[in-house]
Amino acid sequence: MTLSPKTSLKPKVAVYKFSSCDGCQLSILNLEDELLDLASAVDISYFLEATRTVKPGPYDVGIVEGSVTTPHEADRIKEVRAECKYLIALGTCATAGGIQALRNFARVDGYVRTVYPHPEFIHTLETSTSIANNVPVDLEIWGCPVNKGTVVEVLAALLQGRRPVFPPSPVCVECKRRSLICVAVAQGIPCLGPVVHGGCGALCPANGRGCYGCFGPSSAGNFSSLVNSMVPLDRYPNETANLLRSISCYSPAFRAAADAALKLASTREVK
Amino acid sequence: MKTIEVPALARVEGEGGLYIGVKDDQVVEIRLDIYEPPRLFEGFLVGRFLQEVPDITARICGICPVAYQMSSVTALEKALGVEVAPQVYALRRLMYCGEYIESHALHIYLLQAPDLLGQPSALDLAAIAPDVVRNALRMKKIGNEILKAIGGRSVHPVNTCVGGFYRWPDVFSLTALLPELEWGLEAARDTVRWSLTLPFPDLEIDYEFVAIHHPDEYAVMHGDAISSSGKKTSAADYEMRYFEEHVERSNALHGHTANGGTYLVGPLARLNLNYAQLLPAARAALADSKLTLPLKNPYKSLIARAIELVNFYEEAILLVNKYLPDSPSHATLTLKAGEGCGMSEAPRGLLYHRYRIDEQGMVTFARIVPPTAQNLPRIEADLLVLSPRLIDMQQDQATIAAEHLVRSYDPCISCATHFLKLRVENV
Repeated sequence: MTLSPKTSLKPKVAVYKFSSCDGCQLSILNLEDELLDLASAVDISYFLEATRTVKPGPYDVGIVEGSVTTPHEADRIKEVRAECKYLIALGTCATAGGIQALRNFARVDGYVRTVYPHPEFIHTLETSTSIANNVPVDLEIWGCPVNKGTVVEVLAALLQGRRPVFPPSPVCVECKRRSLICVAVAQGIPCLGPVVHGGCGALCPANGRGCYGCFGPSSAGNFSSLVNSMVPLDRYPNETANLLRSISCYSPAFRAAADAALKLASTREVK
Repeated sequence: MKTIEVPALARVEGEGGLYIGVKDDQVVEIRLDIYEPPRLFEGFLVGRFLQEVPDITARICGICPVAYQMSSVTALEKALGVEVAPQVYALRRLMYCGEYIESHALHIYLLQAPDLLGQPSALDLAAIAPDVVRNALRMKKIGNEILKAIGGRSVHPVNTCVGGFYRWPDVFSLTALLPELEWGLEAARDTVRWSLTLPFPDLEIDYEFVAIHHPDEYAVMHGDAISSSGKKTSAADYEMRYFEEHVERSNALHGHTANGGTYLVGPLARLNLNYAQLLPAARAALADSKLTLPLKNPYKSLIARAIELVNFYEEAILLVNKYLPDSPSHATLTLKAGEGCGMSEAPRGLLYHRYRIDEQGMVTFARIVPPTAQNLPRIEADLLVLSPRLIDMQQDQATIAAEHLVRSYDPCISCATHFLKLRVENV
């Protein structure tokens, strides 16, 4: 889709929050050098974290942070879809269900009882799901949090009528490009870098630790090879499985890989 | 019956609404509704390895992830009986300086100031006072740059671990920040002077202030909680005194007796209880302001934030200049079963964590008490104090006035959902 700034009206942009930490919306407010220019290039029509002004829809672009975890949110995302021409899922909560999707692997009422003395007052769904699991999404931006440079790229591409350019390689390649020493090979630390979508700039290996998957699965990842090479490096019970079952836990590729890692770890224990 | 209803509060972190019901010129109901969905962190921390905890708890809040990381590692180090090296402690404080700077600059200029200047947002403010907003964004950016230099990124930084840091940041990446920090210190001094000119509404409340206190530093991580009524509480006893007490008396709040029992955490509490520990430039800014402490006006927490901005810019400069990573970046951990409590001062107030771990370092229990959860009963009580004025206002003016009061506490609703039960019981 094209949002030409040459048209008489600036494109109307809405930013919504679902179940999340606010960090991806904050990544927009953290565009300190670009925020005022951005605000003059588009019409920020709905962005409660930033302004109490609410202009009525429909909107040209909707940006959704967070996952769907309550009955209310399951209804609301349909309204959001209906009032936005182009819908962007922003961040790993919106693209995979986020860390709160850990509930999907257990009985949610058990968690509710752990946290709240009066579980009967809590209205929550059994699962935390991505926006695309609920309504059609036009574009997904992964990251926990998203890389704010990618947010600028996407909005600039929409304004210029071209396809946005995303980092093409997994974290592992970003790491090699930085000439970092591989933590898995050199130090025996489990690292998801080979199967995780790039975009962070290999932050964790740069800090001497393994990647824990904030940016979700890379489309070209060889998950079975990763599981077979990383599980033997586990330093605590099910380390590789836990890395997979973390920030991006409910993405289908990570779900399957975590199951495989748990299975492999249990056969190793038996030996 | 007249009602003041704000279905969705703007310019706060997370989602909440406000309802004030009035009948016969009397407020009959005040509700701060939190509809931010519960995310159940304390439930799914169970079964995770202790080194995963700071990465997971950071995700409770995108604005104060460092606070969550620091309270987590402090509690877990207590459980293991680990003492961190002085250099680690200094770098943690520097990281916290970064978080205070970004969070306070955001709140002062982008979230609260528009209310005082009659604007719907900082973007609208930028149209009439572009330099104010540009300077605000520049101030905020420096805080984020500190976090990026130490932790790789400003939201959910990746370098914090139980025992210290995965790796020391290199010296140059920190010293490169000094020119901007020096600029920021001046800008923070200007912020204090500017804040004194703002048209704050009159409202004085006799708060019970609670903050961490340390005799030798402006307390952020080390020290005991103290209160304005003279109570002193260690982290180990915090839940006994505040959390439990809080539940009981919040039920009292339901009856709107407002006979105390609530307490306030955050910048006003810290400044009023810890002003003697401010660094020289911040103490001078406070003296020049001619303010008389304790500050009891909730709106004026903006001034307290501005004075803290001076303090944390000043401390950041000192810490960068002293940065000497000559010890291991993290302690070697010996795993054992144990329990530990940790407190730290998030920008919006005291944040308490407690964990139990087993002999393999796996979490078996987690309890998190965020600052906004502690402040919510007090916010409702203050709305009640404000309500006679609201009744006399036009609906839209009353709405803005009530919203402004709520925003001035810098509530972090994503964090506070742990306390959802209280909101429901109050209804």
